[in-house]
Amino acid sequence: MATRTYDGTTVEVDSRGFFTDPAEWREAMAPAIAAEEGIPELTDRHWQVIKFMRHEYQDKGTGPTVRVLGRISGVGIKELYQLFPGGPAKVAARIAGIPKPQGCI
Amino acid sequence: MVQRVVILGGGTGGTLVANRLRHLLAATEAEITVIDQDDLHIYQPGLLFVPFGLVKVARLVRSRSGQLDSGVAFRQVGVDHVDIDHDQVVLADGSHLGYDVLVVATGAALRPEETEGLTGPGWRDRVHTFYDLAGATALSGAMAGFRGGRLVVNVVDMPIKCPVAPIEFVFLADWYFRRRGMRDRVELVYATPLDGVFTREVADRELAALLRRRDIEVVHEFNTGEVDGARGRLVGYDDRQVAFDLAVVVPLHAGAACIEHSPGLSSELGFVPADPATLRAKARPNVFVIGDAADLPSAKAGSVAHFQGDVVARNVAHTLAGEMLEAGFDGHTNCFIETGAGKAVLIDYNYDTEPLPGHYPGPVGLPLLRESRTNHLAKLLFEQFYWHVLLPGRPVPGVTAAMPTAGKDLRAVGSRAREETAGGY
Repeated sequence: MATRTYDGTTVEVDSRGFFTDPAEWREAMAPAIAAEEGIPELTDRHWQVIKFMRHEYQDKGTGPTVRVLGRISGVGIKELYQLFPGGPAKVAARIAGIPKPQGCI
Repeated sequence: MVQRVVILGGGTGGTLVANRLRHLLAATEAEITVIDQDDLHIYQPGLLFVPFGLVKVARLVRSRSGQLDSGVAFRQVGVDHVDIDHDQVVLADGSHLGYDVLVVATGAALRPEETEGLTGPGWRDRVHTFYDLAGATALSGAMAGFRGGRLVVNVVDMPIKCPVAPIEFVFLADWYFRRRGMRDRVELVYATPLDGVFTREVADRELAALLRRRDIEVVHEFNTGEVDGARGRLVGYDDRQVAFDLAVVVPLHAGAACIEHSPGLSSELGFVPADPATLRAKARPNVFVIGDAADLPSAKAGSVAHFQGDVVARNVAHTLAGEMLEAGFDGHTNCFIETGAGKAVLIDYNYDTEPLPGHYPGPVGLPLLRESRTNHLAKLLFEQFYWHVLLPGRPVPGVTAAMPTAGKDLRAVGSRAREETAGGY
């Protein structure tokens, strides 16, 4: 299992860099993960999505898809793509320290 | 006392659960009512073949009530919503129907209007779908009249019914244009929101190889934001564009409107969250769900509804009798994937086990994860099996609700998949 170090703490990640144990995540780690995804600064809008991702994961055991994010996170799909280029559901899940969303069966 | 079982939806799941329940329960124990807004039962696996002129539409449609046991009541009426607090269904005519146990079998609905431009200019002209009867019929005309150019098959977003059907469409299109001697004038493109062609690892590898061999371009992680029929292009949310001369789009899916409008019953997209093993709805202990209507980590496919039917029928009976439920459903899914030229690939998997090579249902059987003529013939025979064995709820010798492991090559899984599998056994 691979590891990464964020905010001075070493955590386990899968082959694509997603946290294997979401309990290891702390808010202070998010900016460094975001930087790896090419996001230089996390704004309030980013945090709104990140906190929503954490909440959904704790509630349902998996992160939401882009479509669900667009419907109920309070941030529209177009803006989600601007905030998290390259795939909001995946990128935001990684920054939020939860596993890759399974939504696509 | 006669208890009341109400089943919403007379499609694959609703029909087979009603018939199985009738075999389990005497008329003095329970009355069983199936409700649907129309009396047209469509053999949905057949829709794939309509655009290629391989099947006549009339053959795919039968009466819903005609598929039900004589001891099952059928009411043709719309449903407004379910009132789970008062154990009653509110019908479109304003009347109420009470139940002791409810089975939600309302399937998945297409929502093309939720994608910008999809039903705008070019719809039914150069922008099509084959996911319903009218769409598949219109597309057969467009395919016959196609003189060459870019044909793009696009899945807007998951979940969709039969996640392999769009890939089958591309395979069949490749074969169709070869037979017409014009394959060199057609560019075939498959644009998918997934990062692979299929969600399961081993099957993804095999299917990707088959697409490459047929010179089919795959556009990955494409999330359709807009369909511009006038200019012939799909526009992604990330501003990528995919040009087309003919687009075959699988629209967004959602649960039935009456379920979405039932307070407390469904998730954001109108599907019903349920226990993955007992299929009891999370909302209430006397509500069950079967098939595409469910919000579960299994595919939306007829085979899933078939394998769930046994568990749902028995758990409904257990609930009426005040007994413990059986945690009997393992996510078993079984799909024949048409690959063109009279061949097909068969895959068989469940919640924990990837589609693996080998044979189904046992060491002597149909080849798994490999193109073969036998699989294609089995797919054709399945239509008769569907009407005469599956819907009536008859047991099938050798075919079990639980996924069989005999005949499967368990070594074919990658290390990640093996870790996942370990939890299941």
